[in-house]
Amino acid sequence: MGYLIIEQMLNGLQYGLMLFLLAAGLTLVFGIMDLINLAHGSLYMIGAFLAATFFQMLGSFFPALLLAIVATAFIGFILERLLYRKLQTMSHLSQVLATFALILIANESIKIIFGAQPLMISMPSGLSRAIEIVPDELYYPAYRLLIIGVGFAVAIGLYLLVNKTRTGMWMRAGASNREMAAVMGVRIKPLFTLVFVLGAALCALAGALLGPLLAVTIGMGESILIPAFQVIVIGGIGSMRGALIGSLLVGMIDTVGKLLLVLGLGFITDPTNAGTLGSTLASLSISVLMVAVLYFRPQGLFPARG
Amino acid sequence: MHKKHLLAASLAAILAAGTVQAADSIKVGMMTTLSGPAAGLGVDIRDGFNLAVKHLGGNFGDLTTEIIISDDAQNPETARQIAERFTLRDRVDVATGVVFSNIMLAVGPSFFESETFYISANAGPSEYAGAECNPYFFNVAWQNDNMHEAMGKHVASEGFKKVALLAPNYPAGIDALNGFKRFYQGDVAVELYSRLGQLDYATEIAQIRQTRPDALYIFLPGGMGINFIKQYASSGMMNRTPLFAPGFSGDEDFVNAIGADMVGLFNTSHWYREMDNDLNQRFVTDFQGDYGRLPTLYASQGYDAAMLIDAAVRAVDGNIEDKDAFREALRSVDAPTVRGSYTFGNNHYPIQNYYLREVVREDDGTVRNRFVTEVMTDHQDAYAKDCNM
Amino acid sequence: MMNRFGPSHVKNTPLNTGLPNPWSAILVAVLLVTFPLAMSYMGEDFYIGMGSRILIMALAATALNLALGYGGMISLGHAAFLGIGGYTVAILAKAGLVSALLVFPLAILMASFAAFLIGLISLRTKGVYFIMITLAFAEVFYYLAISLPNFGGDDGLPLRTRSSVPGIRLDNALTFYFFVLLLSGLAIVLMYRLVSSRFGRAVVAIRENEKRMAAIGYPVYRIQLMAFTLSGGLAGLAGALLANLNMSVTPHMLDWHQSGILIVMVILGGSGYFWGGLTGAALFLILEEVIADHTEHWNLFLGAMLLFIVLAAPNGVMSLRDRVLGLFNRSGSNADSKGSSEQEVNK
Repeated sequence: MGYLIIEQMLNGLQYGLMLFLLAAGLTLVFGIMDLINLAHGSLYMIGAFLAATFFQMLGSFFPALLLAIVATAFIGFILERLLYRKLQTMSHLSQVLATFALILIANESIKIIFGAQPLMISMPSGLSRAIEIVPDELYYPAYRLLIIGVGFAVAIGLYLLVNKTRTGMWMRAGASNREMAAVMGVRIKPLFTLVFVLGAALCALAGALLGPLLAVTIGMGESILIPAFQVIVIGGIGSMRGALIGSLLVGMIDTVGKLLLVLGLGFITDPTNAGTLGSTLASLSISVLMVAVLYFRPQGLFPARG
Repeated sequence: MHKKHLLAASLAAILAAGTVQAADSIKVGMMTTLSGPAAGLGVDIRDGFNLAVKHLGGNFGDLTTEIIISDDAQNPETARQIAERFTLRDRVDVATGVVFSNIMLAVGPSFFESETFYISANAGPSEYAGAECNPYFFNVAWQNDNMHEAMGKHVASEGFKKVALLAPNYPAGIDALNGFKRFYQGDVAVELYSRLGQLDYATEIAQIRQTRPDALYIFLPGGMGINFIKQYASSGMMNRTPLFAPGFSGDEDFVNAIGADMVGLFNTSHWYREMDNDLNQRFVTDFQGDYGRLPTLYASQGYDAAMLIDAAVRAVDGNIEDKDAFREALRSVDAPTVRGSYTFGNNHYPIQNYYLREVVREDDGTVRNRFVTEVMTDHQDAYAKDCNM
Repeated sequence: MMNRFGPSHVKNTPLNTGLPNPWSAILVAVLLVTFPLAMSYMGEDFYIGMGSRILIMALAATALNLALGYGGMISLGHAAFLGIGGYTVAILAKAGLVSALLVFPLAILMASFAAFLIGLISLRTKGVYFIMITLAFAEVFYYLAISLPNFGGDDGLPLRTRSSVPGIRLDNALTFYFFVLLLSGLAIVLMYRLVSSRFGRAVVAIRENEKRMAAIGYPVYRIQLMAFTLSGGLAGLAGALLANLNMSVTPHMLDWHQSGILIVMVILGGSGYFWGGLTGAALFLILEEVIADHTEHWNLFLGAMLLFIVLAAPNGVMSLRDRVLGLFNRSGSNADSKGSSEQEVNK
């Protein structure tokens, strides 16, 4: 039982870190550009489809991953120049509408270009096995360990970028008070471009990394969009620290919380009921957490705005 | 019997000729899922259907076909709108194409009230197989429980004694596992219910590993199945605990999306690609030629739906206005099929064989879903007895 | 200074815009009464059903317009109220209660109550947070509907018959249409009374400047909560009607896409314009019907059209009318173009 919970914590960590890759870009775009981007998940989908396509052309995982990141970042650059820069000056309502439109366009275009069938991307063959951490008790897939590693590396990299560099200082200034930052001489437009392109690249990284574990299919972005939103609202919009802690919290609740719910309910009711009830409650618990956080701290756990 | 029926039908046609003008074209409403995550399934049904129409020279019997294709977007409300358009405005003679049972249940009443024949090329809800069976509903695929029942029987007969079960937490998931348990009476190691549309199955995989079952059966339609199988393989479980699934989780779309990780998956179906009959050979070859991919069982069902309509139209000599005769023809005609043969039960669901297939790596390195053995012969669903047709 | 929701810059003051003139109301009424009669005469029952659908969605969009257009509360969770209204009808029908006199008020009550609870928490937040929290609440209801076996799960719940009204048979497409027309007409009259009342003006004024309204002593939170609750209740009525039209309810009624589509309808028609909901729902459903009939790529068209509207006519199709009128009136057109390009600085 103890090992099961440890394994679930690893799973929670892995899921949380993947969410962080998406939430980090989203929270910066939200916080610095004050832009609500429903189409963030579409960039993740585009990243995964590009990675799968490059993988099928090259037959090798890591080059495909790198190419997908570069290509998605470029698409992000184009989008920012053509659309988001303009949206950024418009109302939240216009942003909701325009990015909702982008989701529809992205899904339909992917179907036209790549076909309706899901695509394949395989993990590097050396990683497609489970590592025995405690003999006969605790196994963990090597590939998921890689994801945890990459997730931590990105988290540290972003921490250094945001907290230790001049660009990071601009970002924090922008998230805290955009107008004031502009007045104080931060060149806000290139900063927007940079933030958006960075967000797109992180989306592609997440999409390509998860490609071997998840179905690369139309609409995959929407399934991860709502958890990512919940993360940044819990963590506090614009806050990198909030995004990380929110991600891990959501990841843990989704895995460990669900396991404990199902096991706990198993004492009260029969296993079938415990299974169905437990998974219903677990899927509600994150929304409930979000509501509770907003009730007590309407700006999230780590508000970025001073 | 086929001939006798033809004779009877032509006699009826002659008698009716004075009153009913036989049509010279037949309007088919094809409503299927062409957008969203499950678009691939609807596309396959549509392409299979279109290929059959092409093979038939664009005609059903002597009637030229007019096919109206609509996308239900996997949304019951949109589907209901389309059903009304088909029945009230376009006044189609026959409708087909729905992939999902919840969509079928939403549109069924529209077709039944307007007395429009519906030939299901996939959705096989238990409601329409049992007490709510309808004279206007036919299913050329399978009743939803059938593949689970077949696998339940196979797993039991292979001597597995402690099986873990996994399905999404919604009524169809619970039904599927009940179907499996109808023929598998051994111990259930653990019965897990995941969230509908769940992405990560690490929790479930860990629980399965903990309980050490000797086999695992999953019902995870669409992308959920792809997610699970990828993750199951990557956690090294495929060799420890063999994985069993319904046929649609082992089909070509899955093989293309998952690849070599799928090797070792067992699945049950009413059809397999290398089936040795002329029609099937032609279907598979031409499907690959026309669409550049291997057909899935969805495509085979679309193809068979068109073949059934064609055979029934021939049987009534094109007089589809006589609904009783047309129904009788649909029910009893010996329609050509890529699956060899099937007959309809009293509830208009097929009575047919089910086969075990296994995903294997071929000598040339490609991954394919291959026939292993026959599991059930002339199997009928469990609900037919509740249907008083 | 704000160019956020609706046409505040078009006429002299925001408080007297968004109200219909009597002639447009008469025109709309005549059109809505004659259309189904003409269709019935031609034997085109399909278009009568479509008319009912348009009216129902118009009611839902009008309800959202009250919160979003007039009140400036961008709710991305209004599908929940639509769904609650619908599920109330279906669950009561399952229990044998089909009298419209009973189930419709209950559907409105349940949806209002849900809106009240959601508003109670959500309205403490502003801006993006409000959008997100309404979305999160709607997801809770979606998951409940999809996973509780008593609610039919993914299959939803079918209705054996339509709700019963003494003396009328709603099974007939034409009677049902007029039933829908009557109820949505009453709701629209109620909306009119509401937005032209002191309360309605306060709602709009809060949208325009919340701080000032608070400063001069208006109970901002309470007024917004009332508007949100009313909006939810009206959406619940639309849901009850929709369940009757479709003869079933499914979790898709509560899907966040549905909330998105409702917003699309409001914007298409013009948020904060009285006829915005009706215009938007009619335009959306007719376009969908026409385009989806010819191509499977309807979503691509919809997306492109939405982008165009956001970039070219951020205040909806109704605002284009004002722009065209503005061309004849130089000062009006100046104010308009300035308004559209004005960047909002203060949050």
